[in-house]
Amino acid sequence: MSKQKALTILRNGIFDENPIFRLMLGMCPMLAVTTAAVNGIGMGAASMFVLIGSNVVIALLRNFIPPKIRIPAFIVIIATFVTLVQFLLKAYVPALDKSLGIFIPLIVVNCIILGRAEAFASKNTVWRSFVDAIGMGLGFTVALVIVASIREIIGNGTIFDIALFGDRFEPALIMVGAPGAFITLGLVLALINHISKKRRQRQTRGVR
Amino acid sequence: MEGFTGIMLILLSSILVNNFVLSRFLGVCPFLGVSKRVETALGMGFAVTFVMALASVISYLVHYYILVPLNIEYMQTIAFILVIAALVQLVEMALQKLVPSLYKALGVYLPLITTNCAVLGVAIINITKEFTLIQTLFNGVGAAIGLTLAIVLFAGIRERLELSNVPEAMKGFPIALISAGLMAMAFLGFQGLI
Repeated sequence: MSKQKALTILRNGIFDENPIFRLMLGMCPMLAVTTAAVNGIGMGAASMFVLIGSNVVIALLRNFIPPKIRIPAFIVIIATFVTLVQFLLKAYVPALDKSLGIFIPLIVVNCIILGRAEAFASKNTVWRSFVDAIGMGLGFTVALVIVASIREIIGNGTIFDIALFGDRFEPALIMVGAPGAFITLGLVLALINHISKKRRQRQTRGVR
Repeated sequence: MEGFTGIMLILLSSILVNNFVLSRFLGVCPFLGVSKRVETALGMGFAVTFVMALASVISYLVHYYILVPLNIEYMQTIAFILVIAALVQLVEMALQKLVPSLYKALGVYLPLITTNCAVLGVAIINITKEFTLIQTLFNGVGAAIGLTLAIVLFAGIRERLELSNVPEAMKGFPIALISAGLMAMAFLGFQGLI
């Protein structure tokens, strides 16, 4: 595959088919762990690891897995990589493991991963699936970090644990709570819709 | 937490205070996906309740009678997801044979439940909180009722939203998410209940 094609697949994952902002997949971890930007990066990296592993293995085995039992087979492969991540996090970053909590084992049921296995890895070569996993993983991570940063700045007055405002800043606790998650994501989505609509309008005007 | 009061507390907490969707963020996908109409929301709710209650109990048994004696607790994630996937298949087949009308009504939602994080979530929470078998059952049922309640209420709101004049950029998901945020705020009010 040419370099050009790899770049297209990468771009596709981050922008055109961003799993959170465009495809609306993987909402549960998205809403739950984005209380701090660090958690966003941790969750993004963990999911990307699983995504790369499962995409590559499934692409390797795609000609051997009978179509009828492909979904259980995919789930077992994904669960194996999730267990690996659980071990790695517990051993090397126990603090992150604690703050992500139950959402680490729940990567198994993250729709992005099964979705990519079904829609991409089971039909494409190993190398293409690998690039696709990196693109989708980056897209997921970027989305998590954007939402997490907004929530951390307003709800806690910090970004990556660095205080931004002086002592007189009153953090809006609601933003790190459950309602803040829904509302922030809603507003970010609305903004993205608005921008892409404006861009589309400009393009059609340019054609005329 | 012993006896009847303990069980009532678990039920109340899992339905209202720690509502699965609105405060734990489990099961957000069906919450956003099938909440366009109240009837479909109810159908999904019943299917999930059924599977969650069964999955809670079976995963409990698998954990304490298979994984712990063999010292392979680290296989929890793989074991539980397999249990749930198999369970959903069985429920689907059983319903198709025994109650075809219910099967028809739930049809599309059943296979979706395998990848519903609420089911795996409740199974794992039951283990981490070291519930007994009875507590596990009630926690599973409570969580599922909470999920159903949230989805049905949300579907009601969304039916109204369809008719209202929403700014162009906010149409669809953005406004739905913001309404969900307001609902979550309302559910925060239950925090002092326990």
